[in-house]
Amino acid sequence: MSTPKDSLETAAYEGSRVERSTREVEDLAKGEYKYGWTTDIETDTFPKGLNEDIIRAISARKQEPEWMLEWRLKAYRNWLRMDEPTWAKVHYEKPDFQDLRYYSAPKARKGPKSLDEVDPKLLETFAKLGIPLDERKLLAGVAVDAVFDSVSVATTHKEILGKRGIIFCPISEALREHPELVQKYIGSVVPTGDNFYAALNSAVFSDGSFVYVPKGVKCPMDLSTYFRINASETGQFERTLIIADEGAEVSYLEGCTAPMRDENQLHAAVVELIAHKDATIRYATVQNWYAGDEQGRGGIFNFVTKRGKCEGANSHISWTQVETGSAITWKYPSCLLMGDNSVGEFYSVALTRNMQQADTGTKMTHLGRNTRSTIISKTISAGRSDNSYRGLVRVMPKAENSRNYTQCDSLLLGDQCGANTFPYIDVRNTSARVEHEASTSKISEDQLFYCQSRGIGPEDAISMVVNGFCKEVFDHLPMEFAVEASRLLSVSLEGSVG
Amino acid sequence: MRGQAVPTTTTEAPVFDLTREHFLRDMRRLAETPAPVWLKKLRMDGETLFAGTAFPHTKMEEWRETNLAPLVETPYYSMTGLPRHTLAGFDTAPCRVDGWINLVFVDGFFDAAVSDASLLPYGAHAGSLAQAMTGPAEKIVQKHLGSCLGKRSAYTALNTAFIQDGPFLYVPQGVELDRPVNFICIATERQENVAAHYRGLFVLDAMARATVAVTCISMGAGGNHFDNVVEEVVIGDGAALTRCEIIDAGATGRRLCTTETRQGRDSRLESFSITLGGAIVRNQLCVMLDGPGAEAHLNGLYLNAEAGLVDNNLHLTHAATNCTSRIAYKGVLDGTSRSVFTGRVLVVPHAQKTDSVQLNNNLILSDTARVETRPQLEIYADDVKCTHGATVGPPPPEIVFYFRSRGVDEKTARGMLTYGFAEDLAGRIPDPALRQKVDGIIYRRFSPGING
Repeated sequence: MSTPKDSLETAAYEGSRVERSTREVEDLAKGEYKYGWTTDIETDTFPKGLNEDIIRAISARKQEPEWMLEWRLKAYRNWLRMDEPTWAKVHYEKPDFQDLRYYSAPKARKGPKSLDEVDPKLLETFAKLGIPLDERKLLAGVAVDAVFDSVSVATTHKEILGKRGIIFCPISEALREHPELVQKYIGSVVPTGDNFYAALNSAVFSDGSFVYVPKGVKCPMDLSTYFRINASETGQFERTLIIADEGAEVSYLEGCTAPMRDENQLHAAVVELIAHKDATIRYATVQNWYAGDEQGRGGIFNFVTKRGKCEGANSHISWTQVETGSAITWKYPSCLLMGDNSVGEFYSVALTRNMQQADTGTKMTHLGRNTRSTIISKTISAGRSDNSYRGLVRVMPKAENSRNYTQCDSLLLGDQCGANTFPYIDVRNTSARVEHEASTSKISEDQLFYCQSRGIGPEDAISMVVNGFCKEVFDHLPMEFAVEASRLLSVSLEGSVG
Repeated sequence: MRGQAVPTTTTEAPVFDLTREHFLRDMRRLAETPAPVWLKKLRMDGETLFAGTAFPHTKMEEWRETNLAPLVETPYYSMTGLPRHTLAGFDTAPCRVDGWINLVFVDGFFDAAVSDASLLPYGAHAGSLAQAMTGPAEKIVQKHLGSCLGKRSAYTALNTAFIQDGPFLYVPQGVELDRPVNFICIATERQENVAAHYRGLFVLDAMARATVAVTCISMGAGGNHFDNVVEEVVIGDGAALTRCEIIDAGATGRRLCTTETRQGRDSRLESFSITLGGAIVRNQLCVMLDGPGAEAHLNGLYLNAEAGLVDNNLHLTHAATNCTSRIAYKGVLDGTSRSVFTGRVLVVPHAQKTDSVQLNNNLILSDTARVETRPQLEIYADDVKCTHGATVGPPPPEIVFYFRSRGVDEKTARGMLTYGFAEDLAGRIPDPALRQKVDGIIYRRFSPGING
């Protein structure tokens, strides 16, 4: 068995061997989701539709406590009274919520037996992204247990974490083992009636992660490594709850650079972060879900509610996101800066191509004194896509001396795409200083010419310039992920640049 | 089409239906008065549009922060058939600009008795829309009236349904007006539930040049009168217009104004919008850069003293190549006042070589004032240079400290800084007489601070 470090090196070696070819990647983009992954789930699937009985059944299946069921039902009743939001700048056919299955445990899964059976082009993409070998197997849907002992790795991590009192487990497990913690915090940042999709998620959420870092503990590792091997099947209604107690520090990485297969069209996740006094939470997302084909058929609807609460003084929440997938993205990771001197940060790269539509940004609500927030958003649009930044900075009357700096830059590749910026600034305090800057431009001809005059091909040149454009954001990702994210950007751009 | 503003219809409160019924009944009264056939048809179109358009409410993205509920709930009567108010000794002198042609409109109706004679050279025409519609300029009015206005809101449709009178300016091809025109619009102390819906039309043919001012003032101290104004501005190829509006709706006045501008090739618009007060004042300025090389400079200043809400809503569309736009809006907010700024710059596909800069700076003087700013970019062309910026903050404490260290007390220092902040914009007005006038207003507003 190879260690993750070994596999990284192997991957880097293999990645360097693979020749990049635009044509192949183009074909791949057209075809990568066709290959042999049918999930054959007959057992343990609920009928289509949503009603209180379904919710009761989900709750019963997960052996949840009574209060959790009540909480879900309350959310469901809220949801019934709500309208689907229409203010975002995305156009899509509204999902029929009665035509969805709200629970299906992935039991029997037929997949390729080994990597030899997996489409070689897909493997090539993995190699380009530099994904460790073992993870490639997992991502390609190879029956993992036979070839790769994920359990032992997971167990090792669990021991390290357990020694420090850190709880990291699926939220359904947390509900059984630490119900008091879950009950105290769930819904405290995103209430059940917060918005249409959050209410739906609260009613039917399938699973997700739960993290609790006790007082004064610094989490010794990024919670990504473990997550990537362990929690790939959380379903379409994911619920994540991360709590950093006084003085704690944790870094969490969600998602994956690899193209993820998934046949659920609608994803409505909720992520809640709670940072107590002096605590720090860093949350990074890399999202590369299926974005639909060139004509905009298919693809995932990603309607996510992410919010962090800086509850205590001097707390710090930082969101970093790299969004390249999904047909429709509707996502605004936010910070409620309640504690004095708390800090909220948002760093985002959103790339859309073909017919993708993204409406993403953040909300910074300043409530405490001396609170600070920084927003750096980089959007890149190509093809016929539409990419919007939408962000709110609100300074409430008691937020003395609060400070915000926002910078939104858009890059247009092609003349059929759209780049939009919709900032909202709402200030109710005289001592607040809020600044917003935005620019939109196309890739600089001079820079491209310079690169090409030094023998760098046009595609590599564009990829270099775009990577430079996004560097400010990548700097906030954990190291290996920054490398992967920058490769992901190059792969995504290949073939989409004229 | 993508990017087009579509009025969203969502469920409304029942009281809105009552108001709508009321307005539709009121339109019947106007329909009985004699008017040219084309005008009746235009009003009819407005009525049809009004009947099918929802009243603005805060669930609509565009009206999120501007709550019109008190306005919508009041069933306003139009001026049709009601006795006209007179100025009754009201002194219009402060509104006049020396050396200009000053034309006075009372509740939207032209008052020739207090206006200057508007004899203009070379077939240019300045005066009342009602007179122009029945006079030799009828063909011009017929051609342009309603040609610019898009489907903006229920109130703009209402205005079209009630078209009767308002400011009118026509400058023929190649003519330059030797004297600027000042349209003074006075809201009298009329009954509370009487609204003035007046309509302005400004037409500049190719290569024409003109400077106009629209001064809006309310006569009475109290009374929440309501003015619902639509202005259409057509700027032909190579023409240039400098337009300045000064709005003082008093402490309790309500005013909704939509100015819709269409610019031809290589034309130039320089717009100044200065809002001095009002309970609800909304200035919507929609500019369509329709010909290559057109240029628009939109400047704004809003000085909210006590309470009140000023909503500046800009829609700037780059619909042709090589167009330039500059937006600079500045606000000073005191008391419990609120400001909403929305600057939407839309660059349509193929409007390449667009150059657009947008800035909104706000100075906030009290803890109870509130600023909402939304500078927005919507871009569908790739060879463009578009930036926007927004700031909100108090007068810089370091500079106040500098003043104090040199023996200037804090109040004066803040007054001087505020005056400097606002004056910067007034200083850009090209006409010296008007610039002096606006500067005087700003100085008086902040002089209590300056004079100690």
